[in-house]
Amino acid sequence: MRDLHYLTIHQAAALLRTREISSRELTQAALDRIANVEPRVRAFLAVTAERALAQADAADARLKQGESGPLLGVPVAIKDVLSTEGVATTCGSRMLEDFVPPYTATAVRRLFDAGAVMLGKTNMDEFAMGSSTENSAFFPTHNPWDLDRVPGGSSGGSSAAVAAGEAVYALGSDTGGSIRQPAALCGVVGMKPTYGRVSRYGLVAFASSLDQVGPFARDVRDAATVLTAISGHDPADSTSAPVDVPDFVADLDRGVRGLRVGVPREYMPDSLDPGVRARIDAALAALETQGALVDRGVSLPSTEAALAVYYIIAPSEASANLARYDGVKYGFSYRQGSGMWDNMEKTRGRGFGTEVKRRIMIGTYALSSGYYDAYYLKAQKVRTVIRREFDAAFERYDVLVAPVTPTTAFRIGEKTADPFAMYLNDVFTLPVNIAGLPGISVPGGFVDGLPVGVQVIGKPFDEATVLRAAYAIELGGVQEAPRPAL
Amino acid sequence: MQLDRDLVLHIAKLARVELTESELDVFSTQLSEILAHFGVLNAVDTDGVEPTAHTLPLTNVMADDVARPSLPQDAVLALAPATEDGYLRVRAVLEQ
Repeated sequence: MRDLHYLTIHQAAALLRTREISSRELTQAALDRIANVEPRVRAFLAVTAERALAQADAADARLKQGESGPLLGVPVAIKDVLSTEGVATTCGSRMLEDFVPPYTATAVRRLFDAGAVMLGKTNMDEFAMGSSTENSAFFPTHNPWDLDRVPGGSSGGSSAAVAAGEAVYALGSDTGGSIRQPAALCGVVGMKPTYGRVSRYGLVAFASSLDQVGPFARDVRDAATVLTAISGHDPADSTSAPVDVPDFVADLDRGVRGLRVGVPREYMPDSLDPGVRARIDAALAALETQGALVDRGVSLPSTEAALAVYYIIAPSEASANLARYDGVKYGFSYRQGSGMWDNMEKTRGRGFGTEVKRRIMIGTYALSSGYYDAYYLKAQKVRTVIRREFDAAFERYDVLVAPVTPTTAFRIGEKTADPFAMYLNDVFTLPVNIAGLPGISVPGGFVDGLPVGVQVIGKPFDEATVLRAAYAIELGGVQEAPRPAL
Repeated sequence: MQLDRDLVLHIAKLARVELTESELDVFSTQLSEILAHFGVLNAVDTDGVEPTAHTLPLTNVMADDVARPSLPQDAVLALAPATEDGYLRVRAVLEQ
């Protein structure tokens, strides 16, 4: 029998439906794989084996009764930013090291209802702030393709787990690229849905106007399957959109004949790594071969301002959201200070890591009296301009195609001393969050043995077309993807 | 805009975050570099442009005024470092 730990969701579901394998066997295969490679990859903050096997047995009971479903009995890894009742949710932070939430995030609840088996919680940059998973308060995760390199971030544990065969699929969150960038660097599919598509209830808040939950998967069909399961309006999140959720799998193979594809030239600068550029060109050629109409003459002139917009808005929202960590209600609490304020300052000083503090400082400054108009209000206005430029482009194109990252995975430790160099990793992904659009990273091949991601960006709530274009790129690429040598 | 040590200390006070001596030094340099980059925003003409707070065409989402079960009080208080008689316990807020 082939390696159970590298099955896709649809392959696993077929074997489960015909009872060729049980969910317990599939789950045990994942746990065995985790035991084997985890000492090198370190994708998980916690492996919940006992709980996983109990969920697998429950799924097997449902399968035995003739129930079927694409996710029933299939093992998943959950980024530790999503609350799981009874299972510690640390957010990669000392602040929440011992926090066990009394409720489960809606996206996770929907997977559990569909019969998913949770293997554990995955590593991440603290409070989802980072692009390499090196900001985890606990340990860095290693890229399965080269263990000396980062898996990307902030959802680096989820992307590494899927790439290393430790989980069939995973959930992550994306505020400025935190799903797409690690998906690109680890050679898996990662999708950020339209803002409002997936409930944020139970997602530990970083920047509330930018955060979205989304899937990591081995192929586009799997990503579409998971997205269908987790999407939809939720009364517990007033910013989840009351719009219908189509079956995102249904139209995947309708083809891309006549699809209008724009390539924004600001996303293909002269400074772009030539290897990455070649892979994007190959993806565009695959789309053209299948009948898509590719136009490289698109311009989104305010792209250069997006990084500044993001690093004002996201830290501003973070500085407000993270005010809740005061050592009083839950989480780490310093109690030996000289009084209430001293305790609070020491709780936050010791509970937060350096990058979180840096962003709280930026946000506090940007929102402070005398600077609000110059920074925060100006950034919100430029946000409008960026969104309008996308809207104008989408009058002429169905999707936009771009790189996900300027380079392939960098070495662990290479950028930790220079926060600004780290921020530049997300220059092609964060405009999509600023505009609230859906975006996907689909594997586009390799440069020197390291994966490259191709980004497809779509109109609000038109994930179906984004997925269809990504599926065509996948079809045009290597049919049987190589596996990392672990 | 150069952020000197005193201003960094002031912002840290506003944010209620204690910084170490080395963080004060490093942040002073790094935050200045990041703020300098924000100058690119001035190149974008935003005359007459409304700010965007979020990207959804939603305003004032109303919920029906119906009582729903909430988390049990004891489950929530169990997360707190110190409680007393069903309240969160803190040090004196108003000091002498």
